[in-house]
Amino acid sequence: MLNLVRFIWKYSNFFLFLLLEIYCFYLLFQNSFYQRAHFISSSNVVAGNVFTTVNSTREYFNLKEANELLARENAILHTASRAAFNKIKSTEFKVNDTLLKQQFIYVNARVVNNSVNKRNNYLTLNIGRNRGIKPEMAVISSNGIVGITKAVSENFTSVLSVLNKDAKISAKIKKNNYFGSLSWEGGDYKLGTLTDIPTHVKILKGDTIVTNAFSAIFPENVMIGFIDGFEIKPGDNFYTISVRFSTNFKNVAHVFVVKNLMKEEQKKLEQETQNDK
Amino acid sequence: MINELIKQLFRFAFLLLLQVLVLNNIQFSGYINPYLYVLFILMMPFDTPVWIVLLSGFLMGISVDTFMNTAGMHAAATVAMAFVRSYVLKLFAPREGYEFGTEPTLRYMGPAWYLSYSVLLVSIHHFIFFYIEVFRFNEFFSTLLRVVLSIFFTMILVMLSQFLIYKPRDRK
Repeated sequence: MLNLVRFIWKYSNFFLFLLLEIYCFYLLFQNSFYQRAHFISSSNVVAGNVFTTVNSTREYFNLKEANELLARENAILHTASRAAFNKIKSTEFKVNDTLLKQQFIYVNARVVNNSVNKRNNYLTLNIGRNRGIKPEMAVISSNGIVGITKAVSENFTSVLSVLNKDAKISAKIKKNNYFGSLSWEGGDYKLGTLTDIPTHVKILKGDTIVTNAFSAIFPENVMIGFIDGFEIKPGDNFYTISVRFSTNFKNVAHVFVVKNLMKEEQKKLEQETQNDK
Repeated sequence: MINELIKQLFRFAFLLLLQVLVLNNIQFSGYINPYLYVLFILMMPFDTPVWIVLLSGFLMGISVDTFMNTAGMHAAATVAMAFVRSYVLKLFAPREGYEFGTEPTLRYMGPAWYLSYSVLLVSIHHFIFFYIEVFRFNEFFSTLLRVVLSIFFTMILVMLSQFLIYKPRDRK
């Protein structure tokens, strides 16, 4: 026993090193395998507040663009609002609100931290549990998709950006509804990769790529980007399509978090049918 | 002793903020990033006990992780680098040993010694960090390119810091 203690004491530095490394890898695996709110992420109070302070300074320089974007969005909303439509007074045309059930709720948020230059990028938002945000909700900007919420604290949310090796978005070609999987291979933050589109489908440069509703996270038909080029790798039955994102990840400042009110229902049903087989 | 502690704490905070607020926003061609915060470990005095170096490496790494959402990646790389540091110091020790209470700096140890010491440790840190970050081998060569370029940029900043921070009175 004494020898063991003496042995450990003699190599105490090595054991300390080993202990710390094991703890680091424990954190690493816990973070990548479980969608769990985590203390060591930029949603924690200290990091969140530092980023908020710095960002509020930085926002002054982007006010002009932000205003333009908001004005444009206001215009779109005005166009879509009830005041912009004529009421059709006809006995044959009856609008019954119970036909339309609300599925998605949009919550606006500000990006307080963002990166595009890592292999795995994350964003931090200035809202959290206080506004009902939960993990695995879609985050979109007015130009297109941004990412998926990952960890949530009281006042902040960490978002897994589309520019991350763990992000796989279910996408489809808008004109013919063929679906594939969108990922980011690193490098240029403007280009993503769409795979699993079979080679018999006719596609063209410039075709629109949008989300589909399979994941129950993103609403259907949210803009992802446009086809920038494509190739068929030798011996492959699928295209490798390079997609130019419609969102500019470098200056995304205002985003919406999308709550899907029917997600639980869809997931539960899918689970049940899969268990049946 | 207290002075030394305050100096190290100040340096810790400065390098951490410099890393997360300034350097993480710098982008050289694609997504290459200099990680200057390892300078904290590089500059600890020669006679610091190894366990203190290990723990400070862990603290520094985990703080950077907190800001960058990388849970454990920076900490793992920095602890490994802190552990290797004691062996590198032994390997490169001058015949008469290190003077008590001095720090490894360019002016004090000379350019050849300092360059080999810092390149070795920075390389170890960057290799471990980038391969943990990617965590797969099918991007081996593109990662290797990023490692080499990042080492290069970090080393430029490390060498610059040696000329900027130190006043001539440090010269012995």
